[in-house]
Amino acid sequence: MKLLEYQGKELFTEYEIAIPKSYLAKNHSELSQVADKLRLPVVLKSQLTVGGRGKAGAILKCMKKEELEPKFTELLNKEVKGEYPSVILIEEAVDIYKELYLSLFLNRGKRTYSLISSAEGGMDIESVENKVIQDISITGLTQAIAESIGKNLGISGVTAESFSNIVIKLAKLVREKEAELAEINPVAILRDGTCLALDAKIIIDDNSIFRHPELTKYIQISELQEQAEKSGFSFVELDGNIAIIGNGAGLVMSTLDIVNDAGGKPGAFLDFGGRATTETIYKALEVISKLKKVKAILVNLFGGIVRTDLVAQAILDAYKDGMISVPIYARISGAESDKAKQMLSNSNAKLFDTVEEAISSLVQYIGLSK
Amino acid sequence: MYKKFDIFDILVGKAEDPDYGNKPVVIQGITGNFGSVHTRLMREYGTNIVAGVTPNKGGQSFEGIPVFDSVKDASKNFNVQISGIFVPAQFFLSAIKDAVNSGIKLLVAIPEHVPVRDAMESLEYAQSNNARIIGPNTPGVIVPSVNKIGIMPSQPFKKGNTAVFSRSGTLMYEVSFHLSRAGIGQKIALGIGGDPINGTNLIEAFDLISDRDEVDSVVVVGEIGGDAEESLVQYIEKTGFSKPVVAYVAGRSAPKEKRMGHAGAIVYGNYGSAESKISSFSRVNIPVAKRPAEIPSILLKLMK
Repeated sequence: MKLLEYQGKELFTEYEIAIPKSYLAKNHSELSQVADKLRLPVVLKSQLTVGGRGKAGAILKCMKKEELEPKFTELLNKEVKGEYPSVILIEEAVDIYKELYLSLFLNRGKRTYSLISSAEGGMDIESVENKVIQDISITGLTQAIAESIGKNLGISGVTAESFSNIVIKLAKLVREKEAELAEINPVAILRDGTCLALDAKIIIDDNSIFRHPELTKYIQISELQEQAEKSGFSFVELDGNIAIIGNGAGLVMSTLDIVNDAGGKPGAFLDFGGRATTETIYKALEVISKLKKVKAILVNLFGGIVRTDLVAQAILDAYKDGMISVPIYARISGAESDKAKQMLSNSNAKLFDTVEEAISSLVQYIGLSK
Repeated sequence: MYKKFDIFDILVGKAEDPDYGNKPVVIQGITGNFGSVHTRLMREYGTNIVAGVTPNKGGQSFEGIPVFDSVKDASKNFNVQISGIFVPAQFFLSAIKDAVNSGIKLLVAIPEHVPVRDAMESLEYAQSNNARIIGPNTPGVIVPSVNKIGIMPSQPFKKGNTAVFSRSGTLMYEVSFHLSRAGIGQKIALGIGGDPINGTNLIEAFDLISDRDEVDSVVVVGEIGGDAEESLVQYIEKTGFSKPVVAYVAGRSAPKEKRMGHAGAIVYGNYGSAESKISSFSRVNIPVAKRPAEIPSILLKLMK
């Protein structure tokens, strides 16, 4: 779960990592409630999960009170990579002397946490040349290690003390909240030498949420997503018009690639996993039926874990109940697949022996139906 | 990094062993929904399941298999080195500790949704006791015609000399199905697991077969997320790994920053992207199939 900036900053406050004084406003009436308290200049920041907000113009500075209202409106109506903000963060501008970069992330390859620091903050870290990546233990990060990180960045005195304090608190946050990533870009060094977190990017391990009831308020998922998750599916909505259903994340991803290669446009990814029954697959089709853009459904099923005849029954039921009407192109192999084929022989579902055949037939149909 | 780990010695044994090809296995979570179904299927395939574990069900039996409260109790009655773990994710860490403390050396960890912190702690625990975890979130491991510890169907696999290592479960079946149909059997097929943290990563999987002459080739099934494929390529370069390898990478068309089903299948920037993985393989002349069905013909060409 990727937290929005203000949510990450709420965690920073909990862990006593300094942030600028800020307010939240969802609409104009909330804006007018905070307007009089603001000490200008302020920075308006659209709260989005996607990156690249600065470049996209989703962060605006206001020097005068008159600018507040129009800029706030502009941000509320501004789409970035398909996403609109549900809230705007209003932050009092701070007097910055210099910007640093700091992040802690789960290094999957090394199966440990790594820390990245750089004296060049505020830009995309992938493009920063002078960065230091080091393995650390988030349970054993000592004051001495934290100080040495600051020393490497060429800071000293009050700044070094303030920075190492942030490093230690960030490690504590990562450990206790079970984050896969906690990034502060930039850490601002103020004129008085102290450090402040200007941004927050935190990703929490989804599988650990059951231990963190305090974080569930940050879960933001669509109704469809929620419905899918309740049934134990992995569901991702995509841009196209072909829904792809299968058992296994890798298999569905692979199917997505082949559809794409064949000129088709996937509109949904749905993995119903290994625990599927007639009921759960029916529910999967129900989720798909709510995506009006879907013109055809591709089912790629490798049997063995799932009984393929159960899938066939679910497809039959979905048609019979009028839940779906679009054609289904299915490749079903594995246990009970002969039976499944027989069951579907008189339906709007077409069965194929290979996924390539199913896809080429489907893509042809989509082409014709345009 | 682990010491050299002889998985075949544990799974199959040596010809002189009285239980050669019939190594005893304990199933943790044997009475659960998933555990019970697959215990049956594993047995049908020839896996010698001698004991099951479900806390508070010690003394019962499951289809003739005695059930114990813990692996510790089971190990008083049986000399077992292999465990198949089917417990819910929240009990994963304690199940691992119970198994490791009781002398289990190979832990096949099926559960999905294990928190990263628990996976990391499990790994450290296993490593410090010279035990090896496969998974979590793995379909398991199969030595065709000998035994399987996991949830994979049996039909796709045929005895042979290729090794299949896969980050995806169903793709492991799919790829093995295509290989078997083309007459390429498998010496071993092992699921790395779809999570960010893997008890046996791709490099360690390659290490299991690197000096085994009977394994003549490897198919590696990767997917988006992390840098396991990139690290594997470095390992292949560094060690001069010389068996023919064919790769496949799922998720070329997946959008960035979206978790594609597996906890570990997510791209951030270029980190974890399919292009990065494919170009790594290409750099060392490892062919990358565009579709699973292409893999056998590419491999056969390499083996000529």
